[in-house]
Amino acid sequence: MPKVHPRPYDFEVLPRNDAGHAVEVVDLVKRYPKAPVNAVDGVSFGVAAGEVFGLLGPNGAGKTTTVGMLTTRVRPTGGRALVGGIDVMRDPVRARRQVAVVPQRSNLDRSLSIRDNLVFHAAYHGVPARERERRAAELLDQFGLLDRAGDKPDFFSGGQGQRVMIARALMHAPQVLFLDEPTTGLDPAARLFVWDRLRELRDSEVTLILTTHDMDEAAFLADRVAIMDHGRLLALDTPAALIGGLEGEGTLELAADGSADGAVVDALAALTGVERVETVHLQAENGAEAPPPAAQPLRVRLYLTGDAALHVAPAAAVLADHGLALQDVKLGTPTLEDVFIHLTGRTLR
Amino acid sequence: MAGPIALEQATQWRAFRAVLRRDLYVTWRELPAFLAQVILQPLFLLFVFGKVLGSLGYTRNNYAHLLFPGLLALTAVLTAMQTLAFPLVAEFGWTKEIEDRLLAPMPTLFVAAEKVLFALLRSFVATLIMLPIGVLILGSIPWRWSGFPLFVAGLVLGALVGAGFGLLMGTLVQPQRINLLFSLVFTPLLFTGCSQYPWPSLDRLRWFQVVTAANPMTYVSESLRGALVPSVPHIQPWICLLVLAVAICVLMSVGVKGFYRRAID
Ligand SMILES: Nc1ncnc2c1ncn2[C@@H]1O[C@H](COP(=O)(O)OP(=O)(O)OP(=O)(O)O)[C@@H](O)[C@H]1O
Ligand SMILES: [Mg+2]
Repeated sequence: MPKVHPRPYDFEVLPRNDAGHAVEVVDLVKRYPKAPVNAVDGVSFGVAAGEVFGLLGPNGAGKTTTVGMLTTRVRPTGGRALVGGIDVMRDPVRARRQVAVVPQRSNLDRSLSIRDNLVFHAAYHGVPARERERRAAELLDQFGLLDRAGDKPDFFSGGQGQRVMIARALMHAPQVLFLDEPTTGLDPAARLFVWDRLRELRDSEVTLILTTHDMDEAAFLADRVAIMDHGRLLALDTPAALIGGLEGEGTLELAADGSADGAVVDALAALTGVERVETVHLQAENGAEAPPPAAQPLRVRLYLTGDAALHVAPAAAVLADHGLALQDVKLGTPTLEDVFIHLTGRTLR
Repeated sequence: MAGPIALEQATQWRAFRAVLRRDLYVTWRELPAFLAQVILQPLFLLFVFGKVLGSLGYTRNNYAHLLFPGLLALTAVLTAMQTLAFPLVAEFGWTKEIEDRLLAPMPTLFVAAEKVLFALLRSFVATLIMLPIGVLILGSIPWRWSGFPLFVAGLVLGALVGAGFGLLMGTLVQPQRINLLFSLVFTPLLFTGCSQYPWPSLDRLRWFQVVTAANPMTYVSESLRGALVPSVPHIQPWICLLVLAVAICVLMSVGVKGFYRRAID
């Protein structure tokens, strides 16, 4: 297998256990025709065999495009990608044998029943007839689909469709399973069901690469998480290490009733026990312009040493000194969301 | 190295056959719908133009025999075209069903080739069904065993032309414009393909003769007439086959290019 040398980042992009890489990506670039910017802009990472790898990023970060390139559906503009040691650009046909995809949007075969969706998928991948019947029965059972096996996918809910697609993806025993936002749009029960199945897969041989914009999901499922924004990787490590990289033991998020200038932020930062202060800005959403940062009500996040609760009163006093009243307080330990905010200065959603 | 390569090719062909089997399976399960789709239109054309108008004395006796090969051509071309165009627009446009097949371990070209082969099969079935239907409605159909090779060549090339059109339309047409396919493509193709009139007789309508000469279906109609009713004036078979071969090459190469463009971003 050719050895890949990703270009240097200021973080480690390769898995620490060198058991053999299921996926290696070097300087991968994608620019769609007529697009002004790269959808994926020089991404490098490696995924160890059997690892669960999370790609965390907001809408439009380039997650689906990255998955598309690794699964031969999108032709890279530059760089290199190996899956199971096979170059996806040079040998797409063999690369397809190694991978399975659970896409972001359903692409189930509407002319076939659920069972036939599974069975024909395996047939495309050359699984012998008896074996595909056996696997279909097993997976339908495991994913709680037996009673609906004869139905067409037309009237399936999002959660049921998602289950079918995961089951289908497993039919040909892929080395690497890509899941593109596997739980987006699912209700909590359906999400837990999918999480449970994915936790089971962790213990099997298969390598999982999942994209998500849900930090809880990334933290819960992934061995390592890459944080992606605007087509670039901003950080890559275990969830614990990413969170641990933020100084302090607690966070305190404060919202005030009016906008404020830098003086308030400086005053908050000067409080004892406050390591760092970040201003959180609202994002423009769905075409609606967010007000300019200076006009937005003050919203800050304090990274603290020690107990967050003890800092509420002093912080409120600082705000009052500046003519502001406290409207909302959130205490917490840092999460991946805080890592994202730290890296980009904005919230994930 | 013969071993691994042979194995690789076996895998690819197995994927190809599995996808073809999927299409046949779905067709088999929806057989009445398939038959209705392919039979109804030529059946009505045959009945109205061949039987009704003849019985009322509006057409001469041999018109039905002149019309019949034209309707076979029409069925061959349109069935192949419809089999490809509509599912392709839907699968690339909104159902995305084709993705699972594009990710099967075979070259993207195989997925397109399977679609073409399947369209040919459906086209042959639809055309062959027309023979007994013709006997049933008209009492007799023109048939010459000496014209059989040309008949087969005309049908195969006709189905390929239809498949080429289907591939082109299916990958070119945006899903929201699918109804334009009917009005802007199918209808003109249907009526300028010389299926209802022999091309040389259009002498008297020169401009229309020029228009029809641009429709590849004209050459399918004419070659089938040459095979079944050679006494009716028709375009020389070798010209027909040559034009069809060129048209197929052009349509297929543009169609396959379109397929790649839709299959891989
Ligand atoms: N087929 C395409 N043609 C042109 N541009 C595209 C295409 N697909 C995606 N893009 C653009 O590429 C960028 C990255 O999109 P991508 O779908 O990879 O993001 P994502 O991280 O999956 O986002 P989401 O969370 O919304 O699924 C976006 O700006 C998007 O508009
Ligand atoms: Mg996406």
